[in-house]
Amino acid sequence: MYKLLLSWRYLKSRYIALASIVSVTLGVATLIVVNSVMAGFSDEMHKRLHGILSDVVIRSHDLNGLPDPQWHMDEIQKLAGDQIEAMTAAIQIPAMINFRDNIQGQWITQPITLIGIDQQTYAGVSDFSEYLLHPDNRQQLDFLLKENDYGRGKKDRFPVSGWARRRVSAEWQTNAANAQTQQDGIDAADIPASPFPLVDDSGIEGQGETVEGLDNGVPGVPFQSVDEPELVFDPATEQHTGIVLGISICSVRGRDADGEVMDYYFALPGDDVKVTFPNTGQPPKAVSDSFTIVDFYESEMSEYDSSFAFVPLSKIQDLRGMVDIQSGVKSVSTIQLKLKEGADLNAVRDKLQARFPIQQFGYQIQTWRDMQGPLLAAVQLETTILNILLFLIIAVAGFGILATFFMIVVEKTRDVGILKSLGAPSGGVMSIFLGYGLSLGTVGSGVGLVLGLLFVDHINTIAGWIEQVTGQEVFDPTVYYFSQIPVIVNPVTCVWVVLGAIAIAVIASILPARKAAKLHPVEALRYE
Amino acid sequence: MSSAFELTYPETPRQDNETQDSLHPRLLTSPVVLQATGVTKSYRKGKVEVPVLNGVDIEVVEGEFQAIVGASGSGKSTLLHLLATLDKPDSGEIFFEDNRIDNLPAASRDILRNRYIGMIFQFYHLLPELTALENVLMPVMINHGVVSYMMQRWKFRKRAKELLDLVGLSHRLKHRPREMSGGEMQRVAIARSLMANPRLLLADEPTGNLDRAAGEEIMSIINELNSAYDVTIIMVTHDMSIAAQADRTVRLAEGRVESVSFQS
Ligand SMILES: Nc1ncnc2c1ncn2[C@@H]1O[C@H](COP(=O)(O)OP(=O)(O)O)[C@@H](O)[C@H]1O
Ligand SMILES: [Mg+2]
Repeated sequence: MYKLLLSWRYLKSRYIALASIVSVTLGVATLIVVNSVMAGFSDEMHKRLHGILSDVVIRSHDLNGLPDPQWHMDEIQKLAGDQIEAMTAAIQIPAMINFRDNIQGQWITQPITLIGIDQQTYAGVSDFSEYLLHPDNRQQLDFLLKENDYGRGKKDRFPVSGWARRRVSAEWQTNAANAQTQQDGIDAADIPASPFPLVDDSGIEGQGETVEGLDNGVPGVPFQSVDEPELVFDPATEQHTGIVLGISICSVRGRDADGEVMDYYFALPGDDVKVTFPNTGQPPKAVSDSFTIVDFYESEMSEYDSSFAFVPLSKIQDLRGMVDIQSGVKSVSTIQLKLKEGADLNAVRDKLQARFPIQQFGYQIQTWRDMQGPLLAAVQLETTILNILLFLIIAVAGFGILATFFMIVVEKTRDVGILKSLGAPSGGVMSIFLGYGLSLGTVGSGVGLVLGLLFVDHINTIAGWIEQVTGQEVFDPTVYYFSQIPVIVNPVTCVWVVLGAIAIAVIASILPARKAAKLHPVEALRYE
Repeated sequence: MSSAFELTYPETPRQDNETQDSLHPRLLTSPVVLQATGVTKSYRKGKVEVPVLNGVDIEVVEGEFQAIVGASGSGKSTLLHLLATLDKPDSGEIFFEDNRIDNLPAASRDILRNRYIGMIFQFYHLLPELTALENVLMPVMINHGVVSYMMQRWKFRKRAKELLDLVGLSHRLKHRPREMSGGEMQRVAIARSLMANPRLLLADEPTGNLDRAAGEEIMSIINELNSAYDVTIIMVTHDMSIAAQADRTVRLAEGRVESVSFQS
């Protein structure tokens, strides 16, 4: 009984000890905030990566790809059909995109990953359709340009696009062309840049030279011939094959004059682009074709948003010549699977690897975690290191407690003598100080827990205040794609952090408590 | 040790104050409570052994009030600490009610101090964070765990209040030591020493730090305890007028019992 009473009284009468526990409080609060933010980040990343990548991907690096996809899919179905929810075949190849920047009027060239997809089944293996801007495309993508309404329900300040934009653009184009024929002798460069550029196959900006250079001056047809119909193409009413572009390929995020975050688009749905990619020839040659942007893809993972471009599968197969001449079967380069809820990713991967051994087929079979392994591991490592560092801070706080407690034990030497003269056993004296450490640790980490949780709960408000006070953006939405700091409070982590901090406080009080227990009662009584 | 403190009067009242060569007749047949034989103790100061006690023999009988006198530094406190089992003698034996106590294991000595031997000191030795009442309750708090204490707390508190009443402090229950005078603190210490209803009270110069009036008040309480409640008392003092109130006075000099005198 006396242990409780005295621990409590010492706690109430020694504010210095409470000061020593402040570092524990801060350590605990920081740990909880850091862990919550890291968990939020990593969860958000997992979700997005998983949304973008399908569960298991079978990929052939052969330019010709994976012949006879239907046979492969049947085999896979036989092998793990009970675990598979959806399956699709696709082509993924490196490519180059060209389009005219409608702000500066310059040509922009970007490397991209061109993905030919089967629009019927592709949405089934990932969250692909959720990331599209047009509400109709989110239901079902058809690669046809929509009238307008891009970004409805997602990005409300999205500029006018679609047919609405394309018609205006085509009109301007015609006018500019007329002006040029009327005022002969005026340099093409004097014509003001189009607000809405359309790629013109007649090649105003020296398209021919580029391709010639690319082909090393080999005479003849500059491209693997693309069968462009000889009919007159009317951009006001017709579109090229649709392409869905990653939003960052043709936009940048910045701030307007008022400091508001704004997206600037170099091209928009309704504009035309030119895509160049290798065909399956030996050696491969560059093929290019015009596409009309029919939608943007915004997964909010910059890596993908700045490289993915989706076109219809059959279009690429035709352009690249991925058709077996004898059977007429078209090949693909990847098969992507979505597994049923709770299915074991690695088990399915291993099964597939056993069925399609790499020595024989040369396929790379990976789960989405394998593909993003380094990134996920980096995030994990970062979290671990931060945790270690912060626990070291609490351990430092432990030494503060140790010092303070030694002081308190020295100060309480006479009390120890009194207690022993009244028959308190050494163990009891020790547990007074251990209990003292325990209660300090509990109070300190309890307050830390509350502070940490409050901080996490209001983290975006706090970020706002800091921004106001320092004028420095804490969480710059032009850098990160999150507009809010994502947080996830994991109760298990909180419990561990609190227990760890309490343990450190108790461990730090062991030495002083032992010292108190070992005091000789007579000497303690004589102590002045 | 929950039995109520018994308020019984000794059978034979005391009368005169003459010097005798043996104990007062009322104590002659009393059993021996505490006995020390050939107790030695020395302290080590660096490499030098400083002998403090060189073979002390004393004997205390039930109901006796014994005074231990001697010059400062003659080892009175040291002897008292040995008797209270707060320290171990280098040689010699100490018996409490015929049981040897100087070589008991620590746990048994703790119980002995907690329930059988009460102590008061020159500097009161109250716990500064606790109120008077809590200080008095300390021995039973040490003896009882939380559950057992909480179940009996009303009984304990009642007894503690009675004891504080006995020493005339019923109006100071909630006061901390630093809010009390020396005399009041010493009275709290006396109440605390009686809490466990001990057989033996060891007092180390309880009036040494008090002015005359407060010292006399304390002495009257101690005398009353001895005479009215039959508490056996060993008291260290260097005040001869106080020693004169004792049944037996032991004089220590050079680490030995120099002389023993009896009053009646
Ligand atoms: N821990 C100790 N170390 C060394 N010497 C001590 C210690 N405690 C007491 N002494 C010495 O023992 C002697 C007796 O002390 P003490 O019993 O307190 O005397 P008294 O109570 O009679 O004044 C003194 O000379 C004192 O200096
Ligand atoms: Mg002394």
